[in-house]
Order: sequence, then structure tokens, then C-alpha cells
Amino acid sequence: MSDKRLTFKKRLHILKHHYRGKKMAPAFNAIHTFLFAPDETTHSGSHVRSADDLKRTMNTVIMALVPVLIFSMFNAGYQHFSAINGFPENFSVMEHFLTWDNFWIGIIKVIPLLVVSYGVGLLIEFIFAVIKGHEVEEGYLVTGMLVPLIVPIDTPLWMLAIAVIFGVVIGKEVFGGTGMNILNPALTIRAFLFFAYPTWMSGDKVWVYEARERAEQIAEGATNIDAISGETVLGFLAQGKGAEMDTIYSTWDMFWGFIPGSVGETPTFLILLGGLFLVFSKIASWRIMLSAVLGSLVMGLIFNGVVDQGWITGNSPFYGLMSFDFWKHLLVGGLAFGIVYMATDPVTGAQTNRGKWIYGFLIGFMSVMIRVFNPAYPEGVFLAILLMNVFAPTIDHYIVQGNIKKRLKRLTNATIYPKDSEGEAKELKAETV
Amino acid sequence: MGLLSKKDTNLILDPLADNNPITIQVLGICSALAITAELKASIVMAVAVMFVLGLGNVVISLMRNIIPSKIRIIVQLIVVAALVIIVDQVLKAFAYELSKTLSVFVGLIITNCIIMGRFEAFALANGPWRSFLDGIGNSLGYGIILIIVGFFRELLGSGTLLGFPVLGDPIAKTGLYATGYENNGFMIIPPAALIVVGIIIWVQRSRNPALVEDN
Repeated sequence: MSDKRLTFKKRLHILKHHYRGKKMAPAFNAIHTFLFAPDETTHSGSHVRSADDLKRTMNTVIMALVPVLIFSMFNAGYQHFSAINGFPENFSVMEHFLTWDNFWIGIIKVIPLLVVSYGVGLLIEFIFAVIKGHEVEEGYLVTGMLVPLIVPIDTPLWMLAIAVIFGVVIGKEVFGGTGMNILNPALTIRAFLFFAYPTWMSGDKVWVYEARERAEQIAEGATNIDAISGETVLGFLAQGKGAEMDTIYSTWDMFWGFIPGSVGETPTFLILLGGLFLVFSKIASWRIMLSAVLGSLVMGLIFNGVVDQGWITGNSPFYGLMSFDFWKHLLVGGLAFGIVYMATDPVTGAQTNRGKWIYGFLIGFMSVMIRVFNPAYPEGVFLAILLMNVFAPTIDHYIVQGNIKKRLKRLTNATIYPKDSEGEAKELKAETV
Repeated sequence: MGLLSKKDTNLILDPLADNNPITIQVLGICSALAITAELKASIVMAVAVMFVLGLGNVVISLMRNIIPSKIRIIVQLIVVAALVIIVDQVLKAFAYELSKTLSVFVGLIITNCIIMGRFEAFALANGPWRSFLDGIGNSLGYGIILIIVGFFRELLGSGTLLGFPVLGDPIAKTGLYATGYENNGFMIIPPAALIVVGIIIWVQRSRNPALVEDN
């Protein structure tokens, strides 16, 4: 092969060698190893060969997210057209949902969110890798995919960019980068958006494409367009409009995901499949998922019980959400999405097995509790997970200390039989040894 | 500077950067979080602390040989409390709105660790002129951080500086708001101040690695 007809791989390789030891080296290394297998081999010592590296782990999670992303692109269009024309009478998936019109809305609204999330996030990762002189880490690959799925569809791109900068720098890089962060970066981004721009994150105008734009035009005096809106199931319940909600969305709608909400949080069925995929590929912890589901069911049952006892009546502001069937909490809002993809983050979650049960249970428990009692916004999954992220090291600490104590006690109570010089067994208490 | 020897100059300049009471000694954080949502409040707080600390240091320094060491904390508290009450009354008389914004935080200057810290560490062992310079220096170091934090929080959180709408009118959508810009509600709440102070500490330490503690 002549020099002029180098392959892309060869060019990257030459570039990489050219920059070896220089400031920009991590950036070129990252591009090279992202696209191709590295050409370096270890020459000495024994080493474990395993395909199960960080990149593979991240890619598995992304694979579990792709169906959700594709569904959310169709749903973006479906919610938009349904808000304009009303929900179709005899709904058929092929005719009303999987259409090019729907997908086109997804392309123009969801793809830009994805591009901004990855573009800005990876840029920050590259900058920090170059400044700190380490290799670019894969940590952002999953975060970048999660972020567009957990924000409302009409989130302005510049807001998302600022939130991503904040989330990656303050949520991750200040702690030392991938693997060192206390808080889940995707949820840090979501929380930043929620506190910084609350009007873009709540209400009935943000979940459907164009709803906010139309409301603004009408406020300015436009008369040739109709106002559209799409309230989430939880929004309806928080306002005590549960009966009205029942006429619009059936439980199956909630399960399949044909409801308004953050871009990718609605398709409970696909999230369930993704969760099973992650459990069977041993990427995510089934203990966290199961205990979080149990936690939310327990809290839901408590609320249902309170309503059944008649302690909360119809004129209470909490009646709508408290009387919501306990198991339906899993079908609406971000609970399923949060449990499967974010509570199971191996970096920010609990590490010990018993710790995972406690951690997951409290996530489910508090998600439903915050959801019901949050006065401004009927959702709390991201707050619950962030809170438990903070407590995860404490939980692990006490689990480990408890284990040490238990074993120490077992050891000091044990009786051992060392042989003396004549070969006879002698009884000794361990503490005296 | 002919007026000040090199040693005296350092008394003023050191707390501004390498020995800053907020970013290096991490004292006085409480008020830095509470009142920095507006630049104006930050400036008034900085001036108030400068008055209390400068004058208090002189008073303590003058009395340093007659204060029995067993009750010196009580004496120091009385001096600070007297000065803080003067500040509080002046604010109430001439800037009532502002004193409402600052609310209890003027009174809480009494418990500001920087003030008691300087009394204990400096004024009890040095003459009045040097104590005065030390008080001014430390309160400048405190004030400068307050003003930086207040600047960013007011600019990003409310789009104003000292109450002037520098970024345009958010309701009539003029200036920057015409392009779709929105105020950042996060900057209004106190946790934002913690993060801004944290970023200042981060920048300062990466510029001067000698400040980073070993552990």
C-alpha cells in the first residue's frame, strides 16, 4: 500500500503515535480506541483476558436503551398529533403510532437533544482528559444517552447544554472523573434543569411538542391556531382530576407508554425488557431493581390503606395521588425508568448485597412518597435516587462494619484445638491465642 | 507605599489571596451563602464586616494588656456586639429596605468566625495600628469573595446588577431575553453560593498548588 492510500485506521494510528507524550494525546487515543481495537499488547507478566471491560459494559446499557429511544421518537409525534386532533378512536399501532409523520417529529425534536447531550458532554470529557493528562473515560457514553430521555421534549437546547456542562463538571469531574462521582451525572443534570428552569420542566405545556410555543403565540394574539396541551397522568392526579384522566388514558396505555411525559420515561414495557436484558447480561443488579419495586409497592399500599381507612378524604390535596392504585405507580412517571437505568448505576449505588436491598427499597419507597407530597411537581424519582446516592456509602459502611463485628464475635467465641508437643489436642479459647 | 512597611502591606494583601478567610481558612461561610443572592447586599455586608472587624481589632488591641485571659471571650463578644448594634441601627435608620433583606444576618456578624478568629489570633498579640490593618485586610478578603459570588448570583439568577437590568427585561423580552435566554432559578437559592464558592476555591488552588493540603 502506498503512502497516499492509507486506511483510516492507519491514519489514526500514525496520528496517535505522532501525538504520543504530548498534551493532546488522550484525545487521539480516545478516538482511536473508540473506533478500533488498540494495537498495543502487553509484553510481560500474566494478565486476564476479558472482553467484559468498561466499554462493553457501557455499550450493553446503551443497547438496552435503544428500543426506548426509538419508541420515544414515535411517541413524540404521537403525542403532538393526538394533542391537535384528539386521540384516535380505534387505535392501531401501525396506523396511528409507527408512522413517518410521528417519526419525523422524533427526528427534529429528540435527535437534537441527543446530539447536544453527547456533543457537549464528550467535549467536556475531552477537555478534562487533556488538562489532567489521563485517557478519556467512557463514563459519559451512558449518561449522554440517558439525558435526552429524562427531559421534557421542548427543553431548549442551550439549557440542556448548560445543564450538561454543570452535571459533568460539578457532578463528576470535581470528584475525579468516571468512577469517583457521588451523584449520578444524568440525574444531576436533570436536577439542575429542574431547579434552574422550573417553568420549562413542569406544567401541562412542556410534555408535548409545540404546546408551549402555541400558548405563547396565542398570548401574543394569534387566532389561527388552537392551544394544545398534554398533562401527565401524575399531573392529572395531583390536581384531583383522576376521573378525567381515566377517560383519556387506559392502564394499557400507561403500560405500553402511549402517554405524555419526559421523552423516554413512558414505555414501561420496553423498560421492563431493557431491565431483563441488563439483569441477564449481569450488568445491572437485580437486587436493586427488585427491592426498589417492592419499596414503591409498599409505600403505595400504605397510601392506599390511609385512603381506605378514610383518614384522607376527597377534599385533601393529596387524595388524587394517594388513592391511585399502588401498582400503577410503577407504570407512570419516571419510576420504572429510574429504577432500571439509574438506581442500578454501579458507581453511585450501594456495593454490598445487603446494602443494595436497603438502597433499592428506600429509592422505591421515597420516590412514591416525594411524588405524592411534592407540592410543586408530582414526581420525585430523580430526587429520591440522588438522595440515596448520597447515603449509599453510609449504608455500605455499616453493612461492612456489621459483618466485621459479627465475624469477630464468631472468632472470639470459637474453640480451637491446637496440638501440643506430644500430639494431644488441647482446648483453647480463640481470644487467648 | 511610604505609609506602610512591607510587613504591614502584607497584613492587607495576604488575606486577599493566599490566606483568604473564606476560600483558604473556610470561615464565615454561613453569611456568604445566605446574603449573596444580590450584589448590593453583599457589598453592604462586606462594608459592615469591615467596620466591625477594623474597629473591633483596634479596641481589643488597646485593651489587650488589661483583659484577664479567663474572661477574654466574653470581653470580645461585648465589643463585637456593641459594634454590630451600631451597624444594625445605622442600617435601620438610613437603609431600611436593605436591612430587611439582610434581616438577622447583620446580627449574626457577632457569630462570624472571622471576627473572633482575628481577635484571638492577632489583636490580642499586636499593637493597634497593625491590628487595624489586619482587620481591614481580612474583611477585604472576606468582602471580595462575597462580591464575586454576589456578582455571579445576581447576574445569572436575576439578570440584574445592583438592581439594574443589565441583560434586558425578562417580561417585555428585550435585550438578551429576546433570544430565548432565561434567568437561572438555581442561582437564587443558597446551595448555588456553595457551588460558586467551591468553584472559586477550585480555581485558586489549581492556580497555586502550594495551597493544596497533603493528606
